[in-house]
Parts: sequence; C-alpha cells; structure tokens
Amino acid sequence: MRSNRAVELSTGLFVLLGFAALFFLVTQITNREYLTNGGSYTVQAQFENIGTLKPGAAVSMAGVTIGRVESIRYDQSIYKAVVDMRISSQFNRIPVDSDASIMTAGLLGGQYIGITPGGSEEYLADGSRIEFVQDALVLENLINQLVASFSQRSDSKGDN
Amino acid sequence: MSLLREIVENLRSFVATVGAVALFLMRTLAQVPRALTRPGLIIDQIHNAGALSLVIIMTCGLFVGGVLGLQGYDLLQRFGSEDALGTAAALALIKELGPVVTALLFAGRAGTALASEIGLMRATDQLSAMEMMAVDPVRRVVVPRFIGGLIAMPLLTVIFIAIGIFGVQVVGVQLLGVDAASFWSQMRAAVEVSDVMEGLIKGVVFGFVCSLIAVYEGYTATPTAEGVGRATTRTVVISAVLVLIFNYMLTAVML
Repeated sequence: MRSNRAVELSTGLFVLLGFAALFFLVTQITNREYLTNGGSYTVQAQFENIGTLKPGAAVSMAGVTIGRVESIRYDQSIYKAVVDMRISSQFNRIPVDSDASIMTAGLLGGQYIGITPGGSEEYLADGSRIEFVQDALVLENLINQLVASFSQRSDSKGDN
Repeated sequence: MSLLREIVENLRSFVATVGAVALFLMRTLAQVPRALTRPGLIIDQIHNAGALSLVIIMTCGLFVGGVLGLQGYDLLQRFGSEDALGTAAALALIKELGPVVTALLFAGRAGTALASEIGLMRATDQLSAMEMMAVDPVRRVVVPRFIGGLIAMPLLTVIFIAIGIFGVQVVGVQLLGVDAASFWSQMRAAVEVSDVMEGLIKGVVFGFVCSLIAVYEGYTATPTAEGVGRATTRTVVISAVLVLIFNYMLTAVML
C-alpha cells in the first residue's frame, strides 16, 4: 500500500489540474475578455432588416472587435428592428454621424455590425443612437435586382 | 407462445433491474451525509478514479484533438475557411467529444476497477465480514467510490477538453499552418461560457451514471470468479450504452 502522503499529493495535483483546465476554458477559450477590463456603454441602432444577426455578434470598427450585440427586439411603432450594442468604454471616440452596417464574415461566417466612423467632433455616449444604418443584404432581394436589371437591358436591346 | 413468454420474462427482469438500481441508489444517497464525515476515504477514491486515469485521459485527449485538427482542416480548406478550425474543433470537443470520450474511457479504466474491486470483496466475503462487525458496507465501501467517481469525472472531462484543444492547435496551427491569431480569435468569438457549462453538466451526469453502474454491478456480482468477470464486462457495456443515450437526451435538452 502506498503511503497516505503520496496519495494525497497526487489527488491534490489532479484536482488542481482539473480546476486549471476549467479556468483555461472559461478565460481563454470564451469571449469574455473585453468586458472584464473597464466598463462599457450601450448605443442603439434601428434597422429595416437585420438578416440573421444574433445577440452576442461582434461589433467591429476597421475589423477590430470593440463590442457585442446586447439585444435585438422588434419595435412595432416604427416597424424596425432595434439593436442594442454594448461597446467597451476604451473605444469612446466614435463620431455621432458614424455608419452602422450589418456585414457577413466570410462565406460561412455569421453576421456582425461594422461601424464606419463619420466626420463629426461629437462622440457617441451611453444611450445614444446611430442614425446612419445599412441593412443586411438579403440574397433574394439581390438576385431580384440582378434579374430585373438584366431583363431591363434585354428589353431595351429588343427595342432597338 | 413461448416466444411471447420469453419477451414478457425479459421485460419483467429489465423492469426489476431498473427498480433494483433505483433502490440501490436510494440506499447509497441516504448514506452520503454520514460518509462525508470520513473525507479520507473519498480522497482515496478520487485518487483511484481520477488521478490514476489522468495519463490515459491526457494521451487520448491529445490524439483526439490532433485527429480533429487533421479532419477539420481537410474539410474546411475545401471551403476556404480553415480559419474556422478553432471554432469547429473547440465546440465539438467541449460539447460532445470531450464528455463522451472521457466517459467511455472512465467506464473502461475506473468503472471496471470499481466493479471488480467491490465484486472481489463480495466474492471473498469481505462485505459479509463488515456486516458482521456492524459496519454498513454501503457506507464504508460503496458511497466513497460513488462520490469519488462523481467528483473525478467532470474534472477529467475539462482536462480532456483542454488537452484536446491543445492537440488541435498543435496539428492545425503548427503542422498545417492555420493562422494562429484567427484560430484563437474565431474560437473566442464563437465559444460561450454556457458551452463550457454544457460540457461540464454532461461530465457530471456521465460521472453519476458510470459510477452508479460500476458500484451496483460490483455490489450485486455473483460471488464467483466468473461472476466478478461478468460484472466487469456488464459495467463497461451498460455504461457505454447509457452514456450515449443520455448524451443524446442532454444535447436535445440543452441545444
């Protein structure tokens, strides 16, 4: 029989290793890191169509993630989707006339919000709203437009 | 007619076994508070079920992660999105492969050891001797092993997942040349803390199932060499089947 001390030592090592692995998974593999350092503020944007945007999607500027989509709800009085975005407070100089558009990351990627800075000297603060928005591209609409423009062209050719 | 009778008979014995396991579980759970007053016994069992399974769990985690890296890369590069390798492999490991493979290994390594140990105690009349000395064998033998397995299994699961992700990283980033920055950042963007919790919950449930089957089979083993052998085999088979069935149900509930 092995001495009690050796058993306790290896058991302790095993338990510590387990918790270290859990700590690694929770801190290094998941996406909490930017919310833990410093605070954050919330801005709002209203879209006609959000496509497949989901809460938790990235909000990015120049490709760098600066926040997350906090919530998405449908406002019946204006017939639009209202998107709340939580942005890390270290990025506190986003002009009020910035442009928020819903974009797609790669072929298989999910949708995210890309913010293009405007030229104003005033900056977005907690609770403010981004006025300039661009809706998600809906593939069906895109194809419809394409087909329409093709058929228009062939019509005008037929006239000549 | 005899076929029908046989089916009914089998069904009856199945229901009776389920009932016996449930009663045994009640008996075990009733003794948990008193068993907790002797933590030394439980620590010994965490050592047996957990620390001694560590090497096999870590080796298997590394290779399962590595093969995920190879297959994931081969599949994703057809769509030009090999950057998503981290996301795909991490989610697969955290939600399915980690808990299930760990549970199967746990049943094979720790479950069989538990069943044969308790079965041998039964075969060599050690359990009867305890009863003679007014020591409840369930409290002294079964409960510490059950709790030890219950604690060890989730810890083994997270270790398996962490090592597995390391294995994916070794193969994907270092051998096949996936960009390290996008590998990690896409993984971070996609994996939520709730996903890790899902894997952990599965680990706890599978630990419960495997430990219960192992101690039940050992405790009720026929007290012969053959009986102990059969109990050990049944432990692996029943644990594996139940783990896969529970995995489906848990996934359906939590997805």
